[in-house]
Amino acid sequence: MNWWQRLWRRGEIEEQLDKELRFHIEQHAADLMERGVNPAEARRLARLSIGGPEQVKEKCRDARGTRWVEDLAQDLRYALRMLRNNPGFTVVALVTIALGIGTTTVMFTVLNGVLLRPLPYPDANQLVALHGHSRDWNDKIFGRQKLAYLDFRDCQRESRTLEIAGIVFNGGTVSEPGEPEYVNNLDEISANLFSVLGVPLAYGRAFLPEEDRMDGAPAMILGHSFWQHHFGGSLQALGTSVVLDQKRYTVVGIAPAGFRLYGAEPDVYTPVGQDPAGYLKLRQAHPTNVIGRLRPGATLAQAQNEEGLVGRRLAEEYADTNKGRSLEIEPLRPEEVDDVRSTLWLLLGAVSLVLLIACANVASLLLARAVSRERELAMRAALGASRGRLVRQCLTESAVLGLAGGALGILCANLGVHPFVAFWPGSLPRAEEVQLDWRVLVFALGVSLLTGILFGLAPAMRAPARRLEEALRAGARTVAGSSRRLHSVFVGSEIAVAVVLLIAAGMLGRTLLRVSSLDPGLNVANLLVARMALSPAIMADPTRIPAAWQDVLERARQVPGVQAAAAVDIVPMREGNNQLGYWVSADMPPKEKLPFALASSASLNYLQVMGIPLLEGRFFNDEDRLGAQPVIVIDTVLAKDAFGGKDPIGRHLWIPDMPCPQIKQDANGKTVETSVDCTEPYTIVGVVGHVRYWGMAGDDQAEVRAQLYYPFAQVPKLFLRRWSELMSIAVRTNVAPLSVLEPLKAAVRGAAGDQVLYEVRTMQQLAGESLALHQFLLLLFGIFAGLALLLACVGIYGVLAYLTTQRVPEIGLRMALGATPRQVVGMVLRQSLGMILPGVAAGFVAAIAAGRVLAHLVNAVRPTEPLTFALMVCVLMAAALAASFVPARRASRVDPMTALRQE
Amino acid sequence: MSEKSDLPQGTLDLLLLKIVALGPVHGYAIAQRLQQVSRDVVQVPQGSLYPALHRLENRGLLAADWKETETGREAKFYRLTRKGKAELETEAASWERLTQAVGLILRMSEGGGE
Repeated sequence: MNWWQRLWRRGEIEEQLDKELRFHIEQHAADLMERGVNPAEARRLARLSIGGPEQVKEKCRDARGTRWVEDLAQDLRYALRMLRNNPGFTVVALVTIALGIGTTTVMFTVLNGVLLRPLPYPDANQLVALHGHSRDWNDKIFGRQKLAYLDFRDCQRESRTLEIAGIVFNGGTVSEPGEPEYVNNLDEISANLFSVLGVPLAYGRAFLPEEDRMDGAPAMILGHSFWQHHFGGSLQALGTSVVLDQKRYTVVGIAPAGFRLYGAEPDVYTPVGQDPAGYLKLRQAHPTNVIGRLRPGATLAQAQNEEGLVGRRLAEEYADTNKGRSLEIEPLRPEEVDDVRSTLWLLLGAVSLVLLIACANVASLLLARAVSRERELAMRAALGASRGRLVRQCLTESAVLGLAGGALGILCANLGVHPFVAFWPGSLPRAEEVQLDWRVLVFALGVSLLTGILFGLAPAMRAPARRLEEALRAGARTVAGSSRRLHSVFVGSEIAVAVVLLIAAGMLGRTLLRVSSLDPGLNVANLLVARMALSPAIMADPTRIPAAWQDVLERARQVPGVQAAAAVDIVPMREGNNQLGYWVSADMPPKEKLPFALASSASLNYLQVMGIPLLEGRFFNDEDRLGAQPVIVIDTVLAKDAFGGKDPIGRHLWIPDMPCPQIKQDANGKTVETSVDCTEPYTIVGVVGHVRYWGMAGDDQAEVRAQLYYPFAQVPKLFLRRWSELMSIAVRTNVAPLSVLEPLKAAVRGAAGDQVLYEVRTMQQLAGESLALHQFLLLLFGIFAGLALLLACVGIYGVLAYLTTQRVPEIGLRMALGATPRQVVGMVLRQSLGMILPGVAAGFVAAIAAGRVLAHLVNAVRPTEPLTFALMVCVLMAAALAASFVPARRASRVDPMTALRQE
Repeated sequence: MSEKSDLPQGTLDLLLLKIVALGPVHGYAIAQRLQQVSRDVVQVPQGSLYPALHRLENRGLLAADWKETETGREAKFYRLTRKGKAELETEAASWERLTQAVGLILRMSEGGGE
């Protein structure tokens, strides 16, 4: 018989075992009787000599090898029966666990989707990213460097280990079909991008190699959403034409639904080889994102070697642009957004604390039950159950509870995760990847089992094997004292965790209060900002650009309700910035060691429109034009950083990366303009107030806080087009800012009717959005802290109620001996304080550590705030004592006579 | 009656195999035979006879059938399987070797004392 058969024919085997032992005992008894022993005594001796029939049976069952399965089934049945017989306990425990595991699972699901899931391309582990690295590049500020387009083409042609594709991000105005629209996600791609990623197009075809050349036929692939919006998802779109920046393209393909590149779904794709833009011909500009797929049999190390060699060859061959540059390869990973990563881990940590409290609560419930079941367990031990067996039974019960709670929790998480993602402030990267998958299920099951075992462990360890008779003889009541210490540990740890969460919530609340009362440095009321795309016809002819901007601002100012309008390339508290290294003399350290400042190029009335105070000197005027002395205006932070207390007006800054063209003759004798490091100094003509560029909360910790402004009128012609692609307009109104939007859009359309505003925001919205993460965190931590407080109070109440019930006879005796109700209340409250105070102390220490973590992960949080600590501890003590008061009062109402009679 | 001694670890299985090897036998008879053959010297630990028999049965060293005894009652008779026979031989041989070796060592120490 194998163990499987033994398991199936269990009933038969049990019967045979019983028969076999009965035969033995009867034979033995018969033999003894033959020798003259009286029948009763003979049977007793026979049973004794075999070693107790029930115990022997247990050992025989152990010998069967199928024991664990049978036990498990038995334990499961037993556990289910126990749970069914105590519906009150079961419901409270299940809801507590489901709450804990549900919230933890929601958080893990989000974290899994955003940070852990691989990229949604086939065989994503074979994909790599190629980066460039220049010696004078500051990685810390600018992140990883992309590749020059020409360098990319060289890699693509030469690589034996990789198949390489490139992407250049761009934007442009689609003027046909339909209303003119600016598309922000125009991806210029090499022809092989889709094949490298291994993603087939939904309809049509990918670009052909001959289309990825300057003389190729203009072809376009539409993003799925763009296609839905503009063509209603009709296949008629294939073969029709789309006019983008005045060029007519033929639609050849539609990208699959949900296809994303670097976290965003592109609107349209064009072949990068057709783009005549100058910066694609310069090896010192690095706009190309490069993705490679390992060819069959090639390894990452081989690819790294090969591209390293290519990089060195390029550095030698094009020394003037590529000197000190190398190529680096690493596995392609999802874009990481630091603050999302830390927020997710922070929240997962916080919900784990809530889960811990839930565990402690269920554990103390189970413990209270275990104490009252002590007699039952002792009985089972007497009947031959080993200690290990009893422990296992207790654990099975709690594991069943954990798993059932976990299953409920997963259901809740499944319902709750999408509302939660929608609730996330701003846009959660990879939100579309957030879904329950096998990782989440494994996590949730693991956590459920772990919590089940965690909260079952303490009660299980009490399973008696020693002091058997004592337990059997005593009533459950008298054993209670020994569990008091364990109860205190549970209550103490619940309190400690609640303290940590309360203080964290308090710190976030105080931070939010403090930060929202800060001066943003500009007047956020009645201010509208929007990106602006000039007419493609004007962009094609840079000489017309300055007048076009003049015209736009003039027309905007004439809109009723508008007081003033300005143009600027970067807008405070919005995405997008320009950081440049500066120095106070011509004798500069290496570029990567320079201090940095945020540089904005602005029109003349920028200060007035934004409401930024001018503190010293002047802002720009009509004299500041190309050819005149280059001027800049700095903020107070830069003034202090660069010049200490000295007056900065009239002093100079050297800013090597400022746009600085140079006119050269190329090999054919043609004059060309190229960009070189700027050697001329800039004269400081004014000092203005500091603007909280990085948001209300983020600015104080920002890496680069210093700010400088330079006149848009002094941007060299070579760069006018590039600058104009980035420009926004800011409009000061004397009515609600969004109410001028439609007339404003109409006013700036331009002669051809193809100039558009996009990404429209009020400054108030931007300032609010910069606090959204803090509000979100505060809300969640507030909920967690509230839950923790509630659970801890329920825990204290339950434990005290239980312990005082156990003490009723003692209390009755005390009262009979003259204790007043007040003294009894005091006694119970003292007992409660004895559990609470160590918890508060431990929580206080943990909160100091947690505060540091919080200050590290969340902008503007100060690590220690004594007032918050004190306040939150008071809140907790008050709640805990209130929870203790009910059982205390009940104890004081004990009738001494009744209590004593019970004994 | 002489002093009883406990069985060394693991020898119970060997003794059981040996007794069963003499012919099909039921549990009570095994217990009695153990006592008689060893002249009451060997004491089977209380309550360990049947678990040991069941263990050997599960390992496939013993097989069991229900048969009638001389008194006409049904009892579970154990017999040795082929696997059990092989096991008995190797175990018995290694027991021999062990006792010889132990005996040699004990005699040697006596000789050294003379």
